[in-house]
Amino acid sequence: MPRPGFVLEVDRSTPPVLMWHGEGYRLERLPAQRSRVVYAPEPMAPLADPDAAVQRALLSPLGDSSPLPDLLFPGMRLTIAFDDLSLPLPPMRRPDNRQRVIEAVLEMAAAAGVDDVVLIAALGLHRRMTDAELRHALGDRVFDAFAPNGCLLQHDAEDPEGLVEIGRTDHGEDVEVNRRVAESDLLVYVNINLVTMDGGHKSTSTGLMSYKSVRHHHNVRTLQHSRSLMDHTRSELHSSAWRIGRLLNQHVKVFQIETTLNNDAFPSNMAFLQKREWEWGVRDRAAYLASSQALSLLGPSARRNLFHSIKAPHQMTSVQAGEVEAVHAATLATLHRQQVVDVEGQSDVVIFGLPHVGPYNVNSIMNPLLVMCMGLGYWFNMYIGKPLVRPGGVVILSHPTPWAFHPVHHPSYIDFFEEVLATTTDPAEIEKTYEERFATDEWYRHLYRTSYAYHGVHPLYMWYWGAHALEYTGGTIVVGGDRRAVRRMGFKPASTLADALEMAEDQVGRDPSVTYFHCPPVMLANVH
Amino acid sequence: MKALQVQRSLARFAAARLASGARAGAGARYGPLTMADIEPPSLPGPGWQRIYPRLSGICGSDLATVDGRSSRWFEPIVSFPFVPGHEIVASTEDGHRVVVEPVLGCEARGISPMCPACAQGRRRHCLNLTAGHLSPGLQTGFCETTGGGWSLALVAHSSQLHTVPDALADEAAVLVEPAACAVHAALTPVPSAPSDPASPLAVVIGAGALGLLTIAALRMFRPGLGQLIAVAKHPHQRSLAHQLGATSVVGPGELRRAVRRASGGWVLDNGQLSGGAPLVFDCVGSPVSLADALAVTAPGGALVLAGMPGPARADLTPLWQREISLTGSYTYGPEPLAGGRHSFDLAAQMAGELGLERLLSATYPLERSADAISHAAEAGRRAAVKVAFDMRAEKKPSI
Repeated sequence: MPRPGFVLEVDRSTPPVLMWHGEGYRLERLPAQRSRVVYAPEPMAPLADPDAAVQRALLSPLGDSSPLPDLLFPGMRLTIAFDDLSLPLPPMRRPDNRQRVIEAVLEMAAAAGVDDVVLIAALGLHRRMTDAELRHALGDRVFDAFAPNGCLLQHDAEDPEGLVEIGRTDHGEDVEVNRRVAESDLLVYVNINLVTMDGGHKSTSTGLMSYKSVRHHHNVRTLQHSRSLMDHTRSELHSSAWRIGRLLNQHVKVFQIETTLNNDAFPSNMAFLQKREWEWGVRDRAAYLASSQALSLLGPSARRNLFHSIKAPHQMTSVQAGEVEAVHAATLATLHRQQVVDVEGQSDVVIFGLPHVGPYNVNSIMNPLLVMCMGLGYWFNMYIGKPLVRPGGVVILSHPTPWAFHPVHHPSYIDFFEEVLATTTDPAEIEKTYEERFATDEWYRHLYRTSYAYHGVHPLYMWYWGAHALEYTGGTIVVGGDRRAVRRMGFKPASTLADALEMAEDQVGRDPSVTYFHCPPVMLANVH
Repeated sequence: MKALQVQRSLARFAAARLASGARAGAGARYGPLTMADIEPPSLPGPGWQRIYPRLSGICGSDLATVDGRSSRWFEPIVSFPFVPGHEIVASTEDGHRVVVEPVLGCEARGISPMCPACAQGRRRHCLNLTAGHLSPGLQTGFCETTGGGWSLALVAHSSQLHTVPDALADEAAVLVEPAACAVHAALTPVPSAPSDPASPLAVVIGAGALGLLTIAALRMFRPGLGQLIAVAKHPHQRSLAHQLGATSVVGPGELRRAVRRASGGWVLDNGQLSGGAPLVFDCVGSPVSLADALAVTAPGGALVLAGMPGPARADLTPLWQREISLTGSYTYGPEPLAGGRHSFDLAAQMAGELGLERLLSATYPLERSADAISHAAEAGRRAAVKVAFDMRAEKKPSI
């Protein structure tokens, strides 16, 4: 029986705690008597037979939906869309959930005599996946059957021929969707839920829409009014996505398949990364020391390659299919069982150790904007109820924050960082002054459509992602980051955690209460 | 009288070059510049008068000389020993304040008839830099006969003197000569390509004194200009560049992307831009700045070399393939693009209207020449722009 999450009150006997620091980690001591550490629940037991579970889900759908075989018929146009490489994190070992589910769907389609089947990677405004990444997600059989025939597509949010406007929501939101999806008899959406933010109508209204539609829910106003991003019932971003998704459902029959994963994020030789420090055995200590020593001998590029080669032993904990909202409710219930940790009250300071990978730098560089997004966008929002830190409190991030960008994946990020943040860090001002230019720049558009670049507007979205935290907190300190890069974002650099805690006192007063959110593994703080 | 003097000494030039390799400006301690007690220069002929420097700036070309890094091009057109200093605000015998236009053309040299260039007012193109009753020297401050601004007295021809308006402080007046160079660069007539936009984009590389003054001059005297991107290394330079009219200021490594953003187009695989800026000013003059300038100049555009360059290796393929006009800009004269007004008049106007005294960061007495030159050589890092010698507290030398 996996143990639930746990909040450790730090005293003088508490050992140093492991803190992620990009492509590496450190042991840090926290101030006794006024610090606490939030530990994730242990990984849930996986489904004993995931393939059988997938079959059951397809045959026994939730909500107002027929079993999948009943929705399939000869001559129909079937489109199977699937989450892109931003999920899961780290990428999971084969077989990926998407492979298991899509193989099952294809078998049923074949049995029903469906010939016109197209697979679409639901990129939204993310970069295109490489063949290797697609092959990893879908498996060799699916990739080899569809890719050579041109039936494995990647959504293009800038293709005027490939998009169609199907209407507007009652809030005036444009719904412009992938043409193949709009003209299909059935859209099967295959999802991997690692965090509660994803799934539901957000899958289609982000992954298969154009910039014209996505901008309605990815903006400063919705992000500042999402409390939190992980709770769709209190998120303006999700409210908009739900309206758009519901309108899509009126035009296209959507059969949603959502899967959840446990939070078993690291292979056994790195098991210490999942454990509570006082339970480390000799092997764990040796692994920590050996890996730390080895990492210190490697250059940044070699360390990055090493970490990005990690494939997580995540395993499927649930699968549900059918009508979108009913499916998502079941997904959230499972995710909450895996991830929720009850926490009493807020603290003056919250600390996040940021790992090597986030949704937008798989096989890439976690540039300063992604550090900001990861810390203030994702980790800060890993709550239900209220944030771990009080209003006006301080966020401390631990990450090297190099002034480094992947030139192929993040070209518009470089311009955003060099030009926009040199002028302003105010999300509203950025949106007003720069969004249109970045969104419509022909070069970015070309690279997004034909290369492996994120959409031109994507760096602005990264900044918006932290808008709630920027507005809510009194400041951000980055431990061990490139000072120039940290300052460019309007944050304060600190050499050590002790320095950062001392600097935080300027904002929140002497001897502040401190929460260290020991993530990953992924968890969700239910702050009372 | 006290004067700083540059001697012809190969050993000292070599020592300066060696020392300045470790630290810019170090040539002042080991090189050809020495403090000397010399006789004030004699009047070379009619039209000449003695003037007494109040402030005299330190220019990039002075630093190159002191550090032993000047191009050998200058060897036949300077005469040793010379007193440097050509950015001069001075008092005349009767107490008027003047700024010196240092170029030594036919008129100052007593040559008649004047060469065609001087006859047309283009003294900077004078064909007689080594002739007449003066020693060779392209400017005051590089000529043995005239003396220079880093002393208590020098001689100047009446054609070289511009009266300083009463309202203009010495601290602004000492910027008039470099400002005139910047005005001349900014008003360089350049061919326009048919594709040039109505409000063309301009780029100024370098935000030392010349770069900042070029930005100011472009904004003041080229009203049709659109966006102006400046390249600056240091925070105070960024701030001044904005204040003087740059629409955006970027770091040296950020220029190509900034030009792409402003001009549209793409960045090709090797970092090459598909387009660029139609008007680019290199106010640094280094091989790196020249390469950057070539990389961001649009097809059919113009590249103006305003900063004093030296020997440089450069890939001129873009110059050829894009038909870029490469133009040097040296000193000053009547400006056709300003209705024939002289660059010095325009510079004096600019100095008054823009309060250029803010660019004078520090002054030193002649005795502290090594400190002054070190400060000037490290101006960027030390948050300075222009450093000058201040002789106002000195006693007028007896002649």
